[in-house]
Amino acid sequence: MNYVLDFSVVFEKMPDLLMAALATIGLALAGMSLALVIGVIGVAARTSTIRPLRAAVIAFVEVVRNTPFLVQIFFIFFALPMMGIRLNPTATAIIALAINGGAYAIEIIRGGVDSIHKGQVEAGLALGLHKAQVFRLIVLKPALRAIYPSLTSQFIMLTLTTSVCTSIAAYELTSVAQIIESDTFRSFEVYFTITLMYLAISWMMMGLFALISRHFFSYPVR
Amino acid sequence: MGVIGQSEMLFLLQGLKWTLLLSAIGFIGGGVFGLVIALARTSGRSALRKTAAGYISVFQGTPLLMQLFVVYYGIGLLGVSIEAWAAVAIAFTLHASAFLGEIWRGGIQAIPKGQTEAANALGLHYVSRMKDVVLPQAFKISLPATVGFLVQLIKGTSLAAIVGFIELARAGQIVSNQTYRPLLIFGIVGAIYFIICWPLSLYGARLENRMAKAAR
Repeated sequence: MNYVLDFSVVFEKMPDLLMAALATIGLALAGMSLALVIGVIGVAARTSTIRPLRAAVIAFVEVVRNTPFLVQIFFIFFALPMMGIRLNPTATAIIALAINGGAYAIEIIRGGVDSIHKGQVEAGLALGLHKAQVFRLIVLKPALRAIYPSLTSQFIMLTLTTSVCTSIAAYELTSVAQIIESDTFRSFEVYFTITLMYLAISWMMMGLFALISRHFFSYPVR
Repeated sequence: MGVIGQSEMLFLLQGLKWTLLLSAIGFIGGGVFGLVIALARTSGRSALRKTAAGYISVFQGTPLLMQLFVVYYGIGLLGVSIEAWAAVAIAFTLHASAFLGEIWRGGIQAIPKGQTEAANALGLHYVSRMKDVVLPQAFKISLPATVGFLVQLIKGTSLAAIVGFIELARAGQIVSNQTYRPLLIFGIVGAIYFIICWPLSLYGARLENRMAKAAR
């Protein structure tokens, strides 16, 4: 076998790949933000007194967490038009990412809320703190600190999952790479290069998350 | 619209067979190499530790789909001709070994240092110390996370569909294209994955609850 690796075609397409990498980051950020919204609403619904609502949230979480993202995105891709909603593949991908990430976010946030003992709130009130102060200092911040590691690692997983959105031809790094591959037949070179790009993206995000954590959650409490 | 008959269902079940087989190979192969990774990650030699840490962070920092692509086409470049399923199975094995290695590292490091010291004091050598003292306890601690990863792996095998390998998700795609009933087909495919993964998830959660109670 005399295959000679040739990365020159990949370097020629570098501007396209960099743009696509930005699209991947955008897709991930949009998915994360919506997932957080779904997570907070879901936790509120899960602790509600209306029983069917609670059951619906539990069912949603279990179904999403126990089926592959690929099947979810196909289902959503075909289900939306039948509901009369016509969206481009990238918007569809964002919805699928939000739903998938949202289910995990519900589980994680619920764990954080559960970790705050009632006695802490009572102690805060007894010390003469306002209700708003109690919520901010005693409920919100410790809960955020508790869920921050799992939430951010889930976000990085979600970022890596965006590559699956190529299956519905959303605009992101993997789908652009697949187009370049079919033009040049340099499969290994293309995929190896974008693998490194994904690695750079996830390491950058980890660094950013660590920086945020050091600023907001470091002791002594500011 | 086409009808979903016996032959379509049979085709899906054929795909399911490959999903289960790929998961099993990935989990067993990943388990063997994962143990090596975990031991390297917790070894006394800094070079081994760093290599294992690098291996883990590369696999945790890249999409599973890219790992499949790179291994799939990379093996082709080596000039070795192996069948598609074997290439995919190798990729899942490498992926699983990194994740299981990291999970079990956590388990090994959670064992109090006194256990190792006591084993040393009793004159046990490395193999016996690990095999008889540390690992049995570490596996017990890591079991919920290991079961959780198995669920991830089973769901992850669906990505072999994008490489063109016919497992459950790809079989669903093919049947969906033939019958023009995507919602029904992907509903069925999703339900099959759910039936496999949900009991495992419940089992993992139960183990975790039991351990949390015991720790209190």
